[in-house]
Amino acid sequence: MKRALWQFDFYNTKIDFLRWRKLAMGWSVAVLLIAVGSLLIRGMNLGLDFTGGTVIEVQYPHPVAIPEVRETLVKAGYGDAQTQHFGTSRDVLIRIPPREQMNAATLNNQVLTALQGAEGGAGVTLARAEFVGPQVGKELVEQGGLAALGALLGILVYVMFRFEWRLAVGTIAATVHDVLFTVGWFSLFQLEFDLTVLAAVLAVIGYSVNDTVVVLDRIRENFRKRRKGSVLDIMNLSINETLSRTTMTSFVTLLSVIVMYFFGGTVMHGFSVAMIVGIVVGTYSSIYIASASALYLGISREDLLPRAKEMADDQP
Amino acid sequence: MPTPHSLNQYPWWKYLLIGLIMLWGLIFALPNLFGEDPAVQISGARVNITIDAAFQNRVAALLDADKLPHRRLELEADRLLIRFADPEEQLKAADILKDRLGRDYIVALNLASAAPGFLRAMGLNPMYLGLDLRGGVHFMMQVDMDATIKQVEDSYVDEIRVQLRTDKIQYSSVGRAGSGGIQVEFKDAAERDKAAQLLRKSLSNLQSTATGPLTLKFTLSEREIKEKRDFALQQNITTLRNRVNELGVAEPIIQQQGVDRIVVQLPGVQDTARAKEILGATATLEFRLADEENDWNQAAATGRAPLESRLYKDRNGRPVLLKKRVMLTGDSIVDASSGIDQQNGGPTVFVSLDGKGAKRFEDATKDNIGKRMGVVFIENKTETKRVGDEMKKTTYTVEEVINVATIRDRLGRRFQITGLDSTREARDLALLLRAGALVSPIEIIEERTVGPSAGKENIAQGFRAAAIALLVIAGFMTWRYKNFGMIATAALAANVVLLIAALSMLQATLTLPGIAGIVLTMGMAVDANVLIYERIREELRNGNSPQAAIHAGFDRAFDTILDSNVTTLIAAIMLFGFGTGPIKGFAVTLSIGIVTSMFTAVTGSRALVNLIYGGRKLQTLSV
Repeated sequence: MKRALWQFDFYNTKIDFLRWRKLAMGWSVAVLLIAVGSLLIRGMNLGLDFTGGTVIEVQYPHPVAIPEVRETLVKAGYGDAQTQHFGTSRDVLIRIPPREQMNAATLNNQVLTALQGAEGGAGVTLARAEFVGPQVGKELVEQGGLAALGALLGILVYVMFRFEWRLAVGTIAATVHDVLFTVGWFSLFQLEFDLTVLAAVLAVIGYSVNDTVVVLDRIRENFRKRRKGSVLDIMNLSINETLSRTTMTSFVTLLSVIVMYFFGGTVMHGFSVAMIVGIVVGTYSSIYIASASALYLGISREDLLPRAKEMADDQP
Repeated sequence: MPTPHSLNQYPWWKYLLIGLIMLWGLIFALPNLFGEDPAVQISGARVNITIDAAFQNRVAALLDADKLPHRRLELEADRLLIRFADPEEQLKAADILKDRLGRDYIVALNLASAAPGFLRAMGLNPMYLGLDLRGGVHFMMQVDMDATIKQVEDSYVDEIRVQLRTDKIQYSSVGRAGSGGIQVEFKDAAERDKAAQLLRKSLSNLQSTATGPLTLKFTLSEREIKEKRDFALQQNITTLRNRVNELGVAEPIIQQQGVDRIVVQLPGVQDTARAKEILGATATLEFRLADEENDWNQAAATGRAPLESRLYKDRNGRPVLLKKRVMLTGDSIVDASSGIDQQNGGPTVFVSLDGKGAKRFEDATKDNIGKRMGVVFIENKTETKRVGDEMKKTTYTVEEVINVATIRDRLGRRFQITGLDSTREARDLALLLRAGALVSPIEIIEERTVGPSAGKENIAQGFRAAAIALLVIAGFMTWRYKNFGMIATAALAANVVLLIAALSMLQATLTLPGIAGIVLTMGMAVDANVLIYERIREELRNGNSPQAAIHAGFDRAFDTILDSNVTTLIAAIMLFGFGTGPIKGFAVTLSIGIVTSMFTAVTGSRALVNLIYGGRKLQTLSV
């Protein structure tokens, strides 16, 4: 019985994935160069958490035009404020860059008072206000980077302990690939990168390894089980055998993140986008980057066979 | 080799264990079903104000007199809780009660679990909602440690000057060195050596070095710097605690973060401008001689103080008459700590003054030995009140006598206050003395405010996203894996129950990113089922019998599931270590969710599969 593609039935596929490994590697390198280039040239659109400053989200009792709000703010002496609608035409988001003044902490109260005092601003309510001092932002950038590095290192140690070192390096290569891709995506499209997005990136680091582990486990199992076939053949076979697994697990997790994107509210948008990008690229990298890297590092059958003592135990 | 019939059967105790764990989960998750009542919580503003049945009756009478509808009053250990049907009634009642009860009581808005009494009596509570879900304000404040050390050095500068003058040692200048420390310059080397000898003895806690032929430099020891920093931090925490009480917050959090920061979380507070005003209030102290010539009670009765005196009240509201002339102000206090008196073993407070203050205090006390002296605690507060349509800012001062003691000796740099009733009193007095001492400047470096309606919206959206994700995943799994998909769905539901139970039990803070963590773990929890089911399908394709396929599927997929979960757990733990507030919430739900999902998706769904399929002869498998 032959099932269609829409049923995610990839059971008897015999795709020669690794035949295109050079193409895949080239594509990945190109994409990563774009990502790194964008990071260097365009930089990140860092959110308030990292830059410091003030964000105020207010709700009007009636729809309001942005120029009106801007005019009020300019009059009140906040010419440097950015104003935009947030969700509906009644919600307004105001950003004010960091200031050196001592009263930065009371800025949001002053802005709210100014808006409420203006014409038509009688019922304005505060939905959310955030103020982050510049020193806090700097620290968060530093600590966030450290946390990401720590997570990568922890995973590297774990995978090395569980697998052979070439596979471990391949796993980390795949993970770094996914992180760079996700962060590069945010840079290229200048999406706001805030704390929740950073959390998502760390979750991507953890999750990206999941699919890779599925493939690696199978590669190890097949090396031990099959005496015939080249390293390349066995890797291809393993990828094909686990294809439905890697795609299915990613798909199910993707479902939950997509639901979050559409129903979780605007606060979680950045988070969901980062997860969606990370999961999709993570599935690709598990198939290509991890195994191809190990292949380039010169992995052989002997590297994955159980040690002598275990072999003896395996004898019937 | 087990026979096919004995495959896929758990021993009875395993089912029992799983059943017990699920029962535990259901019980602990149960309080979350009842939601929360808007409530007003009343507690005493001071230790000696008791909340008892009589007070409950008084409040009940007040509520009835103003025709304020309420659900019920509950008397707890040291607070009275009034539940309302809706937030409007709650706000109205809080306003009126605040007005009627005055400053002796703290009237705070609260959300009280609506779970039945027997659940709360068992210590079962719903999940603790973070500020982004319940609304409120989060402040992070930084104590200006440079200024703190500068203050300490300035007081040493004064002290050195005073000592050199008293010992008639010639110097040309004393001042803080630019690079830290205190620099003293002399006119000739002999004077310098004399000074070095004297100061090394009297200021033994400073490290002195001769930085040139005519200069001496004193630096604070690492230990002293650390002590001063801790002192500054504790002092600010104490002051903030006192202030927060005034704000009327039901469950405030005030805690140290790092070496120089304080986090203040005020759930339910909407008026952040007022919060900042109150938190930013300043306090000072004044030491004044007691007026011994006039009758204090008489002065209180007539409300008139004699010409040279002022009428005060102590913390229990009793009148105290003090002279108008101020002997010493709080600026001179360097340290105050409670302890035990070496001589009589009673509780005592040790006070240290700076050089200038010590000199002044000596002069003021030497002629008044045997007389009494009072310490006045003065707080300057700002309050913005609505007058008609206008917001009016008013500043007022609260003065209170916190101690009256007899001067036993000429008091200088260090002295003790004894004759206190309890160690608790000594501790409170030391705290207040510190609070009124020269305060290290503090600055708000982070603020996050979420309005109450935005908080509600966040909960609604988070809940909706979780429910939809559950439905979508359930639908997909059932479509793809038939009966086994339904089993996975049951396991997923069990996972959510266990996760909520664990969060409720640990009282970990649930935030909006935390809900995102729950949704994400839903997707990852079924990953385990997918891995198992795909393996079962593979085993079936390889020609294994259904029972053997089930067995192999669960067995062989386990390693993979473990590996992939451990790596996600590593990332989650890193995130927890780094995270602040909401992000920590995400790390917590993700970590717990991964652990519970291992149990439900592997052990839980295995148990269901065993119950349904185990020990039966199967021709085909619906997977």
